[in-house]
Amino acid sequence: MPDHAGHRKGGTMKPLYAWGAIAIIVSASTAGDVLLSRAMKQVGDVGELRRRAGVGAVLVRVLRNPNFLLGVLAMAAAFYAMLFGLSWADVSLVIPASTSLTFVTNAMAAKVFLHERVDHRRWLAAVAVAGGVILLAI
Amino acid sequence: MTLRKYFVLAGVSVFAVTGDSLVSDGMKHVGSISLQHLPDIILVVFRPEVALGVLFLLAFFACYTTALSWADLTYVLPATSVSFILLTLVARFVLHETVSLTRWLGVLLISIGVGVVTQGPELTHHSRDAGTGKCPTTPVTARVEP
Repeated sequence: MPDHAGHRKGGTMKPLYAWGAIAIIVSASTAGDVLLSRAMKQVGDVGELRRRAGVGAVLVRVLRNPNFLLGVLAMAAAFYAMLFGLSWADVSLVIPASTSLTFVTNAMAAKVFLHERVDHRRWLAAVAVAGGVILLAI
Repeated sequence: MTLRKYFVLAGVSVFAVTGDSLVSDGMKHVGSISLQHLPDIILVVFRPEVALGVLFLLAFFACYTTALSWADLTYVLPATSVSFILLTLVARFVLHETVSLTRWLGVLLISIGVGVVTQGPELTHHSRDAGTGKCPTTPVTARVEP
């Protein structure tokens, strides 16, 4: 029988764990992306800042930003949830499912929390990429 | 968009694919990790494949945060999903794997998403000036290059 979602070494079935990990990956990734995006907008264009004040100033400004630190924590949580997810289910389930869902949740979160102008163009892009990722995994 | 910015977006795509591939390869050798053995999930980053994957993911993170400093989140994410297309092209033409029609349709959908989002401006909202807490006097979109 071919290995599929929720089946790993030894034939142990853990679909609930796998989808729980995917839910945590999506939530933590979205929170991390939004926090990092907010932090980097507060820091400003890194290229311009580096030319003006040097790499040290960029690092200090980024590392002293609370949103950046919270974003890194959220991304770390997503990374470890991904490691758990990959140990419980196949990469062909965990990565496409979490990636495609994150595209959509990020678009919603960016509109609500970052006040980005998510027009039809960007919604179409998010949904097309999410759909494409799912098709790649089938 | 300047050439430097295209390189940063390309870096996001390439480093993410390489890092994810190395980490998932390392995790295949580890197998299932029980919740009763939580320290195992920390020790696993010392496996060579996972450690190298983490280095690539750090490079991805540097490029990603740089891109977010001058572009919207809803621009950066679809624009950098070109990595999925690259991965499929490598699988077909370098590794000579069979790529099904469904996967080619997936590539087409992602290409449409990338094409659609990159036709628009990379920054649309009014961000606050760094460190001052004041809103810029001119809309950020006015600075967007053609």
